[in-house]
Amino acid sequence: MTPSLFRCAGLLALLGWATGANAAIAGAVARQPTNWTAILMFGGFVAITLWITGAAARRTRTVSDFYTGGGITGFQNGLAMAGDYCSAASFLGITSQIFNDGYDGLIYAIGFLVGWPIVLFLVAEKLRNLGRFTFADVASYRFMQGPVRSFSAVSTLLVVSFYLIAQMVGAGQLIQLLFGLPYLIAIIVVGGLMMVYVLFGGMRATSWVQIIKAVMLLCGATFLVLGVMSSVGFSLEALFAKAVAVKTRLALESGLSPADAAAKGRAIMGPGGFIKDPISALSFGFALMLGTAGLPHILMRFFTVPDAREARKSILWATVWIGYFYALTFILGFGAIVMISFNPDYVDAAGALRGGNNMAVMHLAHAIGGNLFLGFISAVAFATILAVVAGLTLSAASAISHDVYASVIRKGDADPVKELRVSRITTILLGIAAIILGVVFQKQNVAFMVSLAFALAASGNFPVLVMSLLWKGCTTKGAAWGGAIGLLSAFVLTVLSPVIWVAVFHFESAIFPYSSPALFSVPAAFLAIWLISTLDRSPRSAIDRAAYPEQRLRSETGIGVHAAADH
Amino acid sequence: MATPPHSRSALEARIAADPRYVALVRDRQRFSWILTAITVIVYSSFISLIAFDKPLMAQPVGGGTISLAVVLGAAMLVGTVAICAVYVWRANGSYDARLAELLAEPRA
Repeated sequence: MTPSLFRCAGLLALLGWATGANAAIAGAVARQPTNWTAILMFGGFVAITLWITGAAARRTRTVSDFYTGGGITGFQNGLAMAGDYCSAASFLGITSQIFNDGYDGLIYAIGFLVGWPIVLFLVAEKLRNLGRFTFADVASYRFMQGPVRSFSAVSTLLVVSFYLIAQMVGAGQLIQLLFGLPYLIAIIVVGGLMMVYVLFGGMRATSWVQIIKAVMLLCGATFLVLGVMSSVGFSLEALFAKAVAVKTRLALESGLSPADAAAKGRAIMGPGGFIKDPISALSFGFALMLGTAGLPHILMRFFTVPDAREARKSILWATVWIGYFYALTFILGFGAIVMISFNPDYVDAAGALRGGNNMAVMHLAHAIGGNLFLGFISAVAFATILAVVAGLTLSAASAISHDVYASVIRKGDADPVKELRVSRITTILLGIAAIILGVVFQKQNVAFMVSLAFALAASGNFPVLVMSLLWKGCTTKGAAWGGAIGLLSAFVLTVLSPVIWVAVFHFESAIFPYSSPALFSVPAAFLAIWLISTLDRSPRSAIDRAAYPEQRLRSETGIGVHAAADH
Repeated sequence: MATPPHSRSALEARIAADPRYVALVRDRQRFSWILTAITVIVYSSFISLIAFDKPLMAQPVGGGTISLAVVLGAAMLVGTVAICAVYVWRANGSYDARLAELLAEPRA
């Protein structure tokens, strides 16, 4: 296994690419010599973020401070969302994917971007108007708190756990690769730092870690793109033509006839083996699209801005930065083809990337900016992981302290000091659990976990949120049981699919033939919520339905909105 | 805390009865459903085009190296940002203005 275990690499394996074609994820990880430039640069990042955490800690006194960070603008939140969402895998995995096979990397990138308009059109402003700290505030707004919050908490913990395991294992391997640190130390550094950020600085520190990381990532990638483009006279046509020429020459050298070599060179400009089976492709696309609108750590970020207006702006900015980032990775992949393919320092005699198959952009950084810039980009990759895991931890801690402890156990009447203490204890436990899970899963195939997290979010949280916000007839039973059915069907279908049934359990063939469950499990959840709510004749269901007009009014107008400010 | 609604403020009662509120909610909801449908249809078409006609997608555009797939992919990235911008422009502009009017004065 390789650092591929990040988000996009999960997709590769998921779509049945796990053999041969996805050179970007298969192959051995070579531990690099200790890279002091990178470690010093990363030390600088850690020093700045710890200083911010210290400053944030002095202002984190109430539960509201802890969960919302006291309020930021839509622009800042958009950057933080981009920081939360763009993983190291997108950066390393997609560029290496393009380096190897050309166009296909862009298909993943687009899948990750198209979820944002759905969040904007269907949930963002209503979520902001009704909620305070977690998405469960909104999902359970007019319902009995116990069942719906319990569902939301379980769903949050599941989504976050799978996402987090993939990040931790990937982080350990990436850091081993880039910094030359042993796996265990890398895992402890990541788990320890994320614990410190969240424990002391809460949402305020998490937001700023994400904002700084987003700025570093965007600046670093922009600089690299300028380096690539200046080498081809700032002409995209010239970049693509050169890349095709390079691939053609490589094919010729491997012994193909001139006609076959030319065809192979041109193949990088069109879609390749990524999409074979349309049902899997659409199902997977829907998991990404609707899953984004159900990711608890993303939804939680809407409560950091004051109102619906800023919530909408957050998404617009997030989409701008994430879209810009993916456009850059596309150019970087082609730049890597042109600039490092024939350099024996970066590529071995067989044409494989030295140091592991996700290293294309790292070699490109070295080719353009030397050791110093390689160090900077390595530090950016490390910072990227930290920002993502900190956001995940905060949302899981909030689910435990706000949804389970304060709302279900204490029935909404928790002592704020105790609630804050519960969230901090949970953070410590989560940090320890993340380190242990990172070690336990080190040698396991965790490639499917991020895609599973997206599928669960799309099949559980998203339908519950949409139905409770937009359908008058939705009841407590419908939301809690329907959501649970969505989660369960997504989970079971994933286990029965090729990614787990064949790749992990080594059965001959999969019972569920498609690589993603979303095309089936999302409609199943909607149907279950509708059916159970319609059949629900309990006294509570009358209260649930009667409360809809008032909920709708508040969600549309923002009357009674909880500001994300210090109290 | 999301307290279930038992008492309704006078403001809420007034707005609920205001036809402008009903019209605003209807317009905004319809607009967001239309944009959602566009997003889903365009994205599904893009994936289906790749799934069903790879040679077409690999065709060069305008005689150069740049292929239809690259142009459409870039259009997907730009289009996604653009459709968000359209919604935010309209929601933060005319819809919010109508909302502010609604919240400000009682209807004559």
